[in-house]
Amino acid sequence: MSSSTLDLTADVVVAGGGPAGTWAALTAAVAGADVILLDKGYCGTSGPTASGGTGVWYTRPDPAEREAAMASREALGGFLQDRRWMARVLEQTYENMNRLETEARYPFPLVDGVPYKRGVQGPEYMRRMRSWIKRKGVRILDHSPVTELLVDGIGTVAGVRGHRRQQAGDYRVRAGAVILATGGCAFLSKALGCDVATGDGALFAAEAGAEMSGMEFSNAYGIAPAFTSVTKTAYYSFATFFRGDGSPLAGAGSQGGRSVIAAELLRAGTVLCRLDQATPEQQRQMRLGQPNFFLPFDRLGIDPFTDRFPVTLLLEGTVRGTGGIRIVADDCATTVPGLYAAGDAATRELVCGAFTGGGSHNSAWAMSSGTFAGRGAAAFAAGLGAAATRRKLTGVGEVGVTSADESGIGRAEALEVIRREVHPYDKNYLRNGSRLRPALAELDAVWDALRGGARATGGDLPGLRQAAAMVAHARWMYTSALARTESRGMARREEFPELDPNQYHRLTVGGLDTLWTRPEAVTGRGLAVA
Amino acid sequence: MIELVSESRCVSCDVCIAVCPTNVFDAGPGGIPVIARQSDCQTCFMCEAHCPADALFVAPQTHPVPDGSPLRDESHLASSGLLGSYRREIGWGRGRRPGARLAVGPELGRARITPAALS
Ligand SMILES: Cc1cc2nc3c(=O)[nH]c(=O)nc-3n(C[C@H](O)[C@H](O)[C@H](O)COP(=O)(O)OP(=O)(O)OC[C@H]3O[C@@H](n4cnc5c(N)ncnc54)[C@H](O)[C@@H]3O)c2cc1C
Ligand code: SF4
Ligand code: SF4
Repeated sequence: MSSSTLDLTADVVVAGGGPAGTWAALTAAVAGADVILLDKGYCGTSGPTASGGTGVWYTRPDPAEREAAMASREALGGFLQDRRWMARVLEQTYENMNRLETEARYPFPLVDGVPYKRGVQGPEYMRRMRSWIKRKGVRILDHSPVTELLVDGIGTVAGVRGHRRQQAGDYRVRAGAVILATGGCAFLSKALGCDVATGDGALFAAEAGAEMSGMEFSNAYGIAPAFTSVTKTAYYSFATFFRGDGSPLAGAGSQGGRSVIAAELLRAGTVLCRLDQATPEQQRQMRLGQPNFFLPFDRLGIDPFTDRFPVTLLLEGTVRGTGGIRIVADDCATTVPGLYAAGDAATRELVCGAFTGGGSHNSAWAMSSGTFAGRGAAAFAAGLGAAATRRKLTGVGEVGVTSADESGIGRAEALEVIRREVHPYDKNYLRNGSRLRPALAELDAVWDALRGGARATGGDLPGLRQAAAMVAHARWMYTSALARTESRGMARREEFPELDPNQYHRLTVGGLDTLWTRPEAVTGRGLAVA
Repeated sequence: MIELVSESRCVSCDVCIAVCPTNVFDAGPGGIPVIARQSDCQTCFMCEAHCPADALFVAPQTHPVPDGSPLRDESHLASSGLLGSYRREIGWGRGRRPGARLAVGPELGRARITPAALS
């Protein structure tokens, strides 16, 4: 440890300050824990919720309303959801959204005199979460990416190490428990607010021995006006899509027709769009509902309701896909003692099954799983008592941290392979084993080269670790995608277009150098049949 | 991407340096932040939302706009009303009503699928 290393101690450390991390920090602090929250960027603006805003899976505690909410995406999700988890997430989301109004004074709109809680504006929501957790005594370190987990002598997670990029120094936090709330992985595609989501938490977790689940559900792509970042997709339900020559692109749509857009972009490079199905009243409501949707149009002088404008699809990976760190208990514990996961860093199959969590479920999951993890981590830390601070700590980070040789490939080469093997629609979106296998081989080779080569310290380490995390993420994705030889939810395979009842299971994937998969029985279905 | 820091408007509060999630700004001479790492900009508009002086402008493109583009021209951005427009839309700033208070979008039915022939 160098002399400039900041050495801190806390009961609970939260990595990531998006919705999942802030709800986790709040809950742990209210439970009496001393909490430090570390964000790679800035807690309050970082991550897709802050810049994008979210619809929320909010229902009143009315049995019929709850049942309808649970049933609504069940078939789309290939019935891989867990009904017990769905029910507890709906209940927790109801409670949290109400607390957001009463305790954080979020200014919900009124509809017929009743606060409307089925959505939040990102900047407002996350600004309020930041000040709320500060009021509860949470210490926040911004611009402080975590770079690895620390474990004690028996492998229990006992802290983190990282870098403070605006102070040009490293830090170490000794802790009773760690919550990973670092978001999903969108592979630096520049989708709205997503460049901080590089799958770091999944890499850290795997190095400590944790497993992933649902990584085949990772091919989410968001629609954006071409050459822009704004992947706000909801209002494209009012769209008509056209080929470059102006003829209608039959079958294209924002839901149930996005692959047609991808295929046309691959074939011809251009798809045009016009939001010509919205009435003037709906157009007016859109401006109020999602002002950021209009930023590209207003700034480029486009009237999206009358002009045809080019669109693109940007990779959102496991941000609006559902795969992530496997959860094994109600308090969002992972398979590694002392380590918890929440939000997009964790698998969302429990509430989303095989379908995207975008539009409502993800935000509900983020705030609920954050709450569960905050409570669980605080209890775990309290259970350790004074022994927590006497443990000898060892870092478990590998690629980029322990590699000895500096001659191998580095971040730039790894990012180039990610762009070539993960971003393209014909590899990750329109999946076929004949294209997945060579892409995976390429990624495996990059992993080996990273492992054998690059090593970094100080300000260079976070970037190299992000590259390693993305390569690891992509390998888990493609390995799971190849193992699922059917089409279920968003995990579609061109050569296996049908659902296969014999593959009615979840898929766990793990490993860093050698990868493995394991089918896992679907839980929480009670008497429901698939 | 971030394209403009208006020297005449900036009040040197350093908020943008703190809030940019990808650490694009550095402190600059005379208290005016500089765009030090434009290629890291993720075009998230958050600096613009948080700047109290409407001194920042984020063009929607994920690549730098060419020299001479109106989206880099402060007088054009000011006269067209684009400078500070995101803050206005979300109702941030003294005396404004939070946009969140009005944020109810249209009901979304089934997404339209483009038909083979348009009537
Ligand atoms: C454009 C867009 C629109 C969306 N709309 C909806 C919607 O309407 N409804 C819905 O339910 N969902 C929606 N989603 C998904 C939703 O935004 C995410 O599910 C949600 O943000 C997840 O929250 P989180 O806290 O888990 O992660 P994030 O919001 O991604 O936050 C992760 C945080 O971790 C930090 N971090 C990352 N790595 C590290 C590290 N190494 N060390 C320290 N900190 C780190 C990041 O800086 C960030 O602050 C949308 C997504 C996008 C991209
Ligand atoms: S936030 Fe605005 S006023 Fe403050 S330093 Fe940045 S540009 Fe200047
Ligand atoms: S748009 Fe976002 S990423 Fe770019 S400079 Fe502003 S805050 Fe930073």
